[in-house]
Amino acid sequence: MDIFSLILVSIVAAATPLLFAGLGELITEKAGVLNLGVEGTMLMGAVVGFAVTASSGSVFFGIPAAAVAGAAMSGLFALLTLNLLANQVATGLALTLFGVGLSSLIGQGFVGMPLSRLPQLDIPGLSDLPVVGPLLFGQDALVYISLLLVGVVMWFLSRTRGGLILKAVGENPAAAHRLGHSVLKVRWLAVLFGGAMSGVGGAYLSLAYTPLWAENMTAGRGWIALALVVFATWRPGRVLLGAYLFGGVTIAQLHAQSAGIEIPSQFMSMLPYLATVLVLVLISRDATRIRLNAPASIGKVFHPGG
Amino acid sequence: MASHAMLLATPPLAVLLTVLSGAVLFAALGFDPIAALTAYFITPLTTTYGLGELAVKATPLAMIGIGLALGFRGNVWNIGAEGQLTLGAICAGGIALAFYGDEGPWLLPLMMVGGAAGGLAWGAVPAFLRTRFNANEILTSLMLSYVATLLLSYLVTGPWKDPDGFNFPESRLFDDQALLPIILEGTRMHLGAPLALLAVVAGWVIVARTFIGFQIKVVGLTPIAAGYAGFSQARIIWFTLLLSGGLAGLAGAIEVAGPIGQLQPSISPGYGFTAIIVAFLGRLHPVGVLLAALLMALSYLGGEQAQIELGLPLAVTGVFQGMLLFFLLASDFLVHYRLRRLAPAAA
Amino acid sequence: MSGGSTDTAPRLALRGMVKRYPGVLANDHVDLTLEAGEIHALLGENGAGKSTLVQIVYGVVKADGGSIRWNGAPVNVDGPSHARALGIGMVFQHFSLFETLTVVENVALGLETGAGDMAALAARIADVSKRYGLTLDPQARVFDLSVGERQRVEIVRCLLQDPSLIIMDEPTSVLTPQEADQLFETLRRLASEGRTILYISHKLDEIRRLCSRATILRAGQVVATCDPSVETAQSLAGLMIGVEVGPTRRGASVAGGGAELVRVEGLSMQAANPLGTPLHDVRLSVKKGEILGIAGVAGNGQNTLLSALSGEMLSPRADAVVFEGQPIGLEGARARRERGINFVPEDRLGHGAVADLSLSDNALLSGWGRWSLVRRGLVSFKKSREKAAHVVDKFSVAASGPDAVARSLSGGNLQKFIIGREILQAPRLLIAAHPTWGVDAGAAAAIHQALIALAEGGAGVIIVSQDLDELFTLSDRVAVICAGRLSESRPAHEVTAEDVGLMMGGLFDAAIAKGGSAPAETGDTLHGQ
Repeated sequence: MDIFSLILVSIVAAATPLLFAGLGELITEKAGVLNLGVEGTMLMGAVVGFAVTASSGSVFFGIPAAAVAGAAMSGLFALLTLNLLANQVATGLALTLFGVGLSSLIGQGFVGMPLSRLPQLDIPGLSDLPVVGPLLFGQDALVYISLLLVGVVMWFLSRTRGGLILKAVGENPAAAHRLGHSVLKVRWLAVLFGGAMSGVGGAYLSLAYTPLWAENMTAGRGWIALALVVFATWRPGRVLLGAYLFGGVTIAQLHAQSAGIEIPSQFMSMLPYLATVLVLVLISRDATRIRLNAPASIGKVFHPGG
Repeated sequence: MASHAMLLATPPLAVLLTVLSGAVLFAALGFDPIAALTAYFITPLTTTYGLGELAVKATPLAMIGIGLALGFRGNVWNIGAEGQLTLGAICAGGIALAFYGDEGPWLLPLMMVGGAAGGLAWGAVPAFLRTRFNANEILTSLMLSYVATLLLSYLVTGPWKDPDGFNFPESRLFDDQALLPIILEGTRMHLGAPLALLAVVAGWVIVARTFIGFQIKVVGLTPIAAGYAGFSQARIIWFTLLLSGGLAGLAGAIEVAGPIGQLQPSISPGYGFTAIIVAFLGRLHPVGVLLAALLMALSYLGGEQAQIELGLPLAVTGVFQGMLLFFLLASDFLVHYRLRRLAPAAA
Repeated sequence: MSGGSTDTAPRLALRGMVKRYPGVLANDHVDLTLEAGEIHALLGENGAGKSTLVQIVYGVVKADGGSIRWNGAPVNVDGPSHARALGIGMVFQHFSLFETLTVVENVALGLETGAGDMAALAARIADVSKRYGLTLDPQARVFDLSVGERQRVEIVRCLLQDPSLIIMDEPTSVLTPQEADQLFETLRRLASEGRTILYISHKLDEIRRLCSRATILRAGQVVATCDPSVETAQSLAGLMIGVEVGPTRRGASVAGGGAELVRVEGLSMQAANPLGTPLHDVRLSVKKGEILGIAGVAGNGQNTLLSALSGEMLSPRADAVVFEGQPIGLEGARARRERGINFVPEDRLGHGAVADLSLSDNALLSGWGRWSLVRRGLVSFKKSREKAAHVVDKFSVAASGPDAVARSLSGGNLQKFIIGREILQAPRLLIAAHPTWGVDAGAAAAIHQALIALAEGGAGVIIVSQDLDELFTLSDRVAVICAGRLSESRPAHEVTAEDVGLMMGGLFDAAIAKGGSAPAETGDTLHGQ
């Protein structure tokens, strides 16, 4: 595979965890809940996915386990913020801190363990096409699932009654409650979905991107996913765009050195984070667009009946 | 108000629940819970040296915690204190290295001021981005944390690397002139500790007596009423971010001029993040922050102690800290629930 | 239309309804009988028990005693879904709408499952709105709609479920007089189909025009049942309040001799909320000792105008607002208070006061400048307590003391505190937004007295209100705001309620044609696009 194809393929790999986590958080936020625990949840997904795959020998156990771990983490968040009415920002931070710590603990025995990479598609003929071959037909299952997920989320939000109720709950939970919809149930489901997706995104890192486990291996991707949702102004198609843009930036800085660019590696590594700040600034300045697309109730505690 | 009792009771309750959960966790990991809990919470306090270490670790936590608490009161979420701490360390370290070999009592104060300035500048960025572009300060301050860490890494592996240091990624060890004096014999407790105490007292004065403290409270509770009163939310954002950034930067300067004595790629075991827990555990109140800082410092020491004594993994500390915050947030329910039942529906 | 009546059994019969809340008996053995095809008024002051009663009928709360018969058969209404299934619909005073969604989507959310696909629903909406004269574009987004149109969405949502009883809760509080007439037409059409309308209001003239029967509640009890069309407004009011509350009369006004206090000239600006109504070339003038009343339905730019006057929002130009000869458009709320401009906002607990702070702290909130409560960055909490206690005393605020938390006061008392707080700062200009909404009659009268006294003392007063009675009671001059434009102000005695209604509907021209003076802007429709 020539260097160009290699770069394209690695952009896809870099984007996929962001795409999963971003779509999950998008649904959560659409319901009016701000879950800042994405980073910790991704780490838990990464470690559990790795551990279960290593122990059982198959990703068919590992990936669902990662989803369950992610959902469990976010379930904890839901319990605290939706049932016990705790502050969403503080709880999300607590979730991240907890997830970082717990994942390190669980991952103790797995550091440095080798694992074979998630199997990739190989269609004779198609997968061998130059450039297009490995890019379109040589990816692993999770990549295809992530792309499918974009479509599913778009369809859900714009065409189903469930999606309509979700949007209503995020826009005006008091009104939704008065109309007889269960704000609690909708938010719980949205949060669980978000957690599961973050878990899978994390698992992608430890099973496909670099098939190994290391403490803190997400290196802030969870936070970038949060910024992605803002960048996408809560629209799924834009999350796809954003994820691939960020993937591109991440890969660009990795390859800049070999391209003969003389900037020290640390500065190149700063690029994704600085890009995130830039993106946030650009999107946030447009107050009208934010008001039209952001779920109006995001982050606010909802007390039914008061 | 009757629920005041709840406000005071919930932090100890959360601590108790965490300790109990900890015991369960230790047992599950195959350790003797009693031995582990003793190693964690009792043993570090049994020697003078241990108490000195407690002060060493509590110093940055209290200093950063009080700044964060003020910000949180005003609904300004500075999550990037770790980065501000790093910048403070870089600035202080840079000054120490720039004047390497020079003598004079002005070096240390200059380093402290430089550290505070560095942290303040790093806090100014999210403040600017929030007030000018409405960009969420949680994400911007956090992204800058990662940038700060990378900057430090670059400096200690590149231009500031110790030429006589066998190529290790660290700077020269600072001169004695550039180090904080020890104030308690036989320990590592240094001048930074009373500075932190001073910061907490200043925080208390701000909260209880000053007009800006009142403004912060109102902005945090009801921003629209704050606008009505003529309080500027932008001013509060700047004030709290500059203050917490400056304090975090000062804490960073203290760390490198104190226990560490040089610049290294890692100058903090996550103080900037733990300080967030300290702020919440202390109910955003200066006295609470002080007590919480001591408790969290103990959890760090305990982690190290338990690892040495029993081989308990260090990662447990992070789990503990997360659990503590969870239990506190969960027990907050009792406070809020009581509050709602006391207030009749009005207006 | 569902539910054919059994013989002559009334559509709805409530007997001996009882509902207790801590400290108050909201419904005290209330009887209510509603017939088919009737428009029945439920009349009473705030706190009389009207809302509680209908909440029982709609299944939102459970009664503590009494029986309900629906078309002759006893029922127990479990909840709103059950009520709707029985054929009871309700249009609330506070809408349950989602601003960023379309009309169709909003209606779909209010219907039970099986709403069918959106296209079919849109067609049904178009059909219903045409049939009852409730013009609506199904694809419009709610934030684009006026308040009157938003109410139509609520009504259509209710009608699509084919109710035989429709409860309307204070529907005209958000409508212009012309829109109210349109609503009455719709209601009469519905009644002629055999549906029953239960019309909750405290507006006596409307009830006399619209309703054939009225049940009057006072302090939780039924005090009378009558035919409002043969009663006079005075007799109804007497029954409602129980004692004659003399209308507050404006004394001899400062006959144009007062100097000009404040002038707004050419003010055009965006609203704070991106979806809000911007102001276009607003012009007004108030003299010392004069009360200017600004009428207008909510959502027409009042909030932006108020913020521009109070300093919470800065004007585009310094001379857009001139006070005592000084251009202050670029000065903020702090500076304006220093100059003696005080403001009573519409929102008590989220704007004029902080709910969880004490009255003392709330006194500090506004009075810190004028009362010199801050010295060298430090607050004198002692002084602010004294000031708060003074306000409580002078304005008869029912509170346990200056340490009482704002949230613990009743609406009327908190409003008295806030108005008192502003008045005791000796303002030269007081701006008050909806000063007596949600306030009981006694407190309202006291507030009106205080405002008049302030003007008689030489201050200028601007009142923004939807309550035309209040405006005409208090104002020397009246102007109307609509779609971000302000009409020319005219002496109150020259303006009729109908004129105001026309102007509220945006028809400034039509009002002139009837004999008024030229307005600031030529006629504009409500939608102004």
